[in-house]
Amino acid sequence: MAGLELTLGHYLAVSAALFTIGVFGIFVNRKNIIVILMSIELILLSVNINLVAFSVFNGTIIGQVFAMLVLTVAAAEAAVGLAILVVYFRNRGEIAVEDVNVLHG
Amino acid sequence: MALIAFYILSTIVVLSALFVVAARNPVHSVLWLILAFFTSAGLLVLIGAEFLAMLLVVVYVGAVAVLFLFVVMMLDIDFTELKQGFQNYLVVGVLVALALLAEIGIVAAAATFGGGAQFNASPGAATNAEALSQVLYTDYLLLFQMSGIVLLVAMMGAIVLTLRSRPSVKRQNIAEQTGRKRKDAVELKDVRPGQGI
Repeated sequence: MAGLELTLGHYLAVSAALFTIGVFGIFVNRKNIIVILMSIELILLSVNINLVAFSVFNGTIIGQVFAMLVLTVAAAEAAVGLAILVVYFRNRGEIAVEDVNVLHG
Repeated sequence: MALIAFYILSTIVVLSALFVVAARNPVHSVLWLILAFFTSAGLLVLIGAEFLAMLLVVVYVGAVAVLFLFVVMMLDIDFTELKQGFQNYLVVGVLVALALLAEIGIVAAAATFGGGAQFNASPGAATNAEALSQVLYTDYLLLFQMSGIVLLVAMMGAIVLTLRSRPSVKRQNIAEQTGRKRKDAVELKDVRPGQGI
């Protein structure tokens, strides 16, 4: 019965929606770098869902291996990003990213 | 049945992702993010990718989201000020998001994907974790070790960035304590009566 089964298209639609919301979050929260980092995590989550969906519906395991690598990079990125944020807050006392122009000269 | 579960879970994922972006308080954003991670792990369980789903819970919820929560609560930030540009960027943001979604939709509608409705999360093995481990430690060993190096470098970077030496804090120096001699510590003074030292 077509239309009543779980297909690849369903997962791609969720993933596309998550990706779009992530990009939207970066656009509307221009000042709040914490929410920008969270939006990046959402984008990486959508990439993971995409990889796993393709892997599962095509019957190949490779996509899931790459999803694990994306997960690793996402964790590393969050750790380093938040460390930079903590150092920046310690030096400046605020985290408004629009004022980050110290290197501007 | 699986389709109903899919629709429920995907609705929760999309709504909680929207609340991550739109929440006024970043602590609430992190909590919505945790909900989004949990429900997307549920989405992965639905198609049989159990190992990745558990990894999502452990890494994203257990490490990344908790890290975010720590930082948000640790830094004393005036969040109402940070939220002020929200209305200005809302129109542009909605336009960009709609354009992006339309582009993805056009490409997805034009493309034809292989694979049918039946899904197979563990080809050539009994379980999902077994299928993953068969290739992860053989064919993709180099990638596996490289991701370990990525994590190591990230850990060292985070430590180096946040470590600071505070000169005002007094610390115990054991080598200095035990290396102390009598002549450094005690001094004999010949004090005459009626005079100070």
